[in-house]
Amino acid sequence: MSSQIDPMKLAIIIVLTFLCSYCLTAQVLVTGSVRDNKGRILAGASVTLKGTYDGGNADSTGRFSFKTVEKGSFMLVAANMGYNTVEIPVLLSGEPVQVNFSLKEAFDELKAVVITAGSFVASDKRKGTVLKPLDIATTAGAVADIAATLQTLPGAQRVGEQDGLFIRGGSAEEAKIMIDGAVVNNFFYSAVPGIAQRGRFSPFLFSGTVFSTGGYSAVYGQALSSVLSLESVDIPERSEVQIGLSPIFGSAGFQEVTKNKKSSYGFSYNWINLSLYQKLVPQAPDYFKAPDLHTVDANFRFKTKGNGMIKMYAYFNTADLGIRNPSLDSIGLKNAFSLNNKNFFTNISFRQSLGNGWKLNTVASISYNKDQIRNEVQNADNQTTPVTHIPEIDYNHYRLNNHQWMIQARAVADKRFGAINTLRFGTEIWNNADSFRYSNQDGIFPSAVLDFYTAGFAEMDLYITNDLAFRPGLRAEHSGLLNKWNLAPRAALSYKLGPNNQLTADYGIFRQTPDRRFLMNNTNFDFLRADHYILTYQHISPGYTFRIQAFYKDYRSLLKTDDALRNATGTNGSGYAQGLEFFWRDKKTFKGFDYWISYSYLDTKRNYNNYPMSAMPTFAATHSGSVVLKKFWVKQMFGMNWSWNWSTGRPYYNPNLPASEFLSNRTIAYSSNNFSLNWLPKIGKANSVVVVGINNVFNELQIFGYNYSSRVKDGNGKLISAAVVPPAPRTFFLGLFLSWGVDRTQQQINSNL
Amino acid sequence: MKKLFLIAVLLVAGFANAQSRYEGAMEKGLAQLKDAKTPAEMLAVSAFFERVADAEKDKWLPYYYAARTNILGGWMDPKADKDQSAEKSKELIAKAESLEPNNSEIFCLKQQVAVQQLTVDAMSRWQTYGAVAAEAIAKAKAADPQNPRPYLLEGQYLLNVPEAFGGGKAVAKKLLEKSLALFGSYKPASPLYPDWGKELAEKTLAACQ
Repeated sequence: MSSQIDPMKLAIIIVLTFLCSYCLTAQVLVTGSVRDNKGRILAGASVTLKGTYDGGNADSTGRFSFKTVEKGSFMLVAANMGYNTVEIPVLLSGEPVQVNFSLKEAFDELKAVVITAGSFVASDKRKGTVLKPLDIATTAGAVADIAATLQTLPGAQRVGEQDGLFIRGGSAEEAKIMIDGAVVNNFFYSAVPGIAQRGRFSPFLFSGTVFSTGGYSAVYGQALSSVLSLESVDIPERSEVQIGLSPIFGSAGFQEVTKNKKSSYGFSYNWINLSLYQKLVPQAPDYFKAPDLHTVDANFRFKTKGNGMIKMYAYFNTADLGIRNPSLDSIGLKNAFSLNNKNFFTNISFRQSLGNGWKLNTVASISYNKDQIRNEVQNADNQTTPVTHIPEIDYNHYRLNNHQWMIQARAVADKRFGAINTLRFGTEIWNNADSFRYSNQDGIFPSAVLDFYTAGFAEMDLYITNDLAFRPGLRAEHSGLLNKWNLAPRAALSYKLGPNNQLTADYGIFRQTPDRRFLMNNTNFDFLRADHYILTYQHISPGYTFRIQAFYKDYRSLLKTDDALRNATGTNGSGYAQGLEFFWRDKKTFKGFDYWISYSYLDTKRNYNNYPMSAMPTFAATHSGSVVLKKFWVKQMFGMNWSWNWSTGRPYYNPNLPASEFLSNRTIAYSSNNFSLNWLPKIGKANSVVVVGINNVFNELQIFGYNYSSRVKDGNGKLISAAVVPPAPRTFFLGLFLSWGVDRTQQQINSNL
Repeated sequence: MKKLFLIAVLLVAGFANAQSRYEGAMEKGLAQLKDAKTPAEMLAVSAFFERVADAEKDKWLPYYYAARTNILGGWMDPKADKDQSAEKSKELIAKAESLEPNNSEIFCLKQQVAVQQLTVDAMSRWQTYGAVAAEAIAKAKAADPQNPRPYLLEGQYLLNVPEAFGGGKAVAKKLLEKSLALFGSYKPASPLYPDWGKELAEKTLAACQ
């Protein structure tokens, strides 16, 4: 047996062991500073003695200090969000230690300058000037129309008598609209003379709406002025059944999301009929067939392995209307226009991360549009007039059948390299087949035109630092119709001035095949061309957006046609547009109150189509702007919205003037004040939305231009005219939307608006 | 034999020392958490917990508290960039989760971060971040049905959601009552285990009346 352990001795040992770390209490003071490589203080940066609990944080002067009892060699680590961590070896030997850190900013997508050129993928994190579906639904005057909402942004001209996007002195043909990368040929309902049509698609189909008024990336082609890129929603949040009721329409639909939220499908039907509305609200034109539209659409979406996504969407619509206006060519006679339209659009898109920084985005689509137009001259009893042998009248009896097919496919690959640089390249093909059948008293004139278009493009997002980025791009295109190639280089340079401010300079050559309907008889033409030079200053902070843009657009080549506007004669037209634009949006200063103000100054002239000389086109106004106000009371679930859109007068063509004064007349200035309210009560188990809207609340006189007779003259020997005005001075909207969802959380405004 | 015994005692004592060093540090951190009045102080507590966590390497609780204090610090400073703060929180939560998967308390943290990001732009973000928050709460409840905090957090969130979106006082009240009932029988799994929220639940419930 060994000797007994002395309990006293044991106690001492235990106490000593416990005190082990404390008995060497010679504390060492570690001090220093943390700054970035530009010498800026990094308050809050953490400093740690690696492997121990000891450390501190930099204070508001960038200095830190802490005490430690450790001895020996250690690593002192300084870290700050958004910066590369730095480790410095220190030897702790009882003497105070001082270490000054200099951290380099890490490449960080969220902090890096945004290359605003073109359309960066719309993401909520990017805080870009992106219009969300809700913004579109709650903009007074827009009645949930995407294009009408875009017209409250700078650069987009409101043109009351024509549909389309008229951007910075560009015509509607110069803008391309795409869904998930596939071009939509007939985004708007078919044109009716003198009345601008709405877009076909509900804003709630889309999760992001990116609108570029110039300088867009090489990924987009065939647009001289503008690109509107719509990104469809992925898997919706919940299953639901929806019903919409209004004096002008009825709709029903459902959306089914599978339990695992990996796939969804939906279907909706929508019927619009304006006959009741037109009885209640008298319209200036005589609608002998009130607009009657039936729309069905269906979608199917599912997630693939590895977070890829496949989305299918199909849309079919028929529209009928007939409209009668007094003829200017013969007193007492009327012009009767009727339209039957059928439209089909379907696309399937697929996106997938392939690993190793590769991403693939593909889309294929088919679209078909058929317009059957019939125009005739009728007498006071609405009967077709017999042949008068007055050509101006007889040629107004015509029929036009118009078919357009478009099939397209597109693939874009993204490769990440370095920290946040991206190489993006891809290819697309479009097959357009249009056929027309025009018939009048002279006979039937069929024609057809085909274009097989191919393009390849590549661009790079190069981040030189977090604050400086460069995006060079190149696009090559071939049109089978023209049998010509073109090359279009693009470039953007962005520099971040401060945490929320940046400057961007964009340059690019933009090309477009001339409008095919002018190329029936001769295709020996070149691409049209516009060069963009844009300088942007932008401030985006949570709640605020401010943007100033100065631009110069040089139309190097525009289409020229014969006087009758039938056949192209050349691409030697030209023009320019320059201007200055402001945009301010504030969602923060006043609680629950969101407003934006935009202003555009535009100086533009062009000589194109059958213009005899260079002139400011009919779709341009020198000054224009909008004020959009939205207030929402969350407690009452009630919102009120106001908007004011105005512009100075636009040019119109007056044939009584000598050719030297072509387009020198201006309409009166345009102004429209619009109001809407939305109320979201709970009716039974349904989440409901009541929407009331009035456009042109103050009944302001709006004149979009003048139509002139081609033969009837007044007492002074001048051709008589009629003002082009809206069908009714005010428009009203009333709708009730009900939805029954599995999930309580509901969208503020129902998707069928 | 005596020597051997001595070594054993020394080892045990050494371990106990290390253990108490960790516990002491955690207790110090928790005391600082209680006393933190400014965002800078709260973030300093977070940094402290992170240092403890990094040094310990195998303990999830310091990461838990580092994330929790980082979230609290983010709320205390109205000017804080909530998205950036959330990135830091998520980084800490991920580290906690790698050491302690499927823990109810960690799911609770995830909900809090989602709600914090939601508030940056509630009108446009509630659909995405609201879904993330709801999913986290559902997982928190599933991982530990006796945990009162998921009900507290859900009630607190829904109190601020309008009735038409499925929130409101009545909905919140039910959840908070459920939370308080669970708090009645709640025992933290260990002395350092999360044990906050009872007072908050009472206060929030009072606001529902």
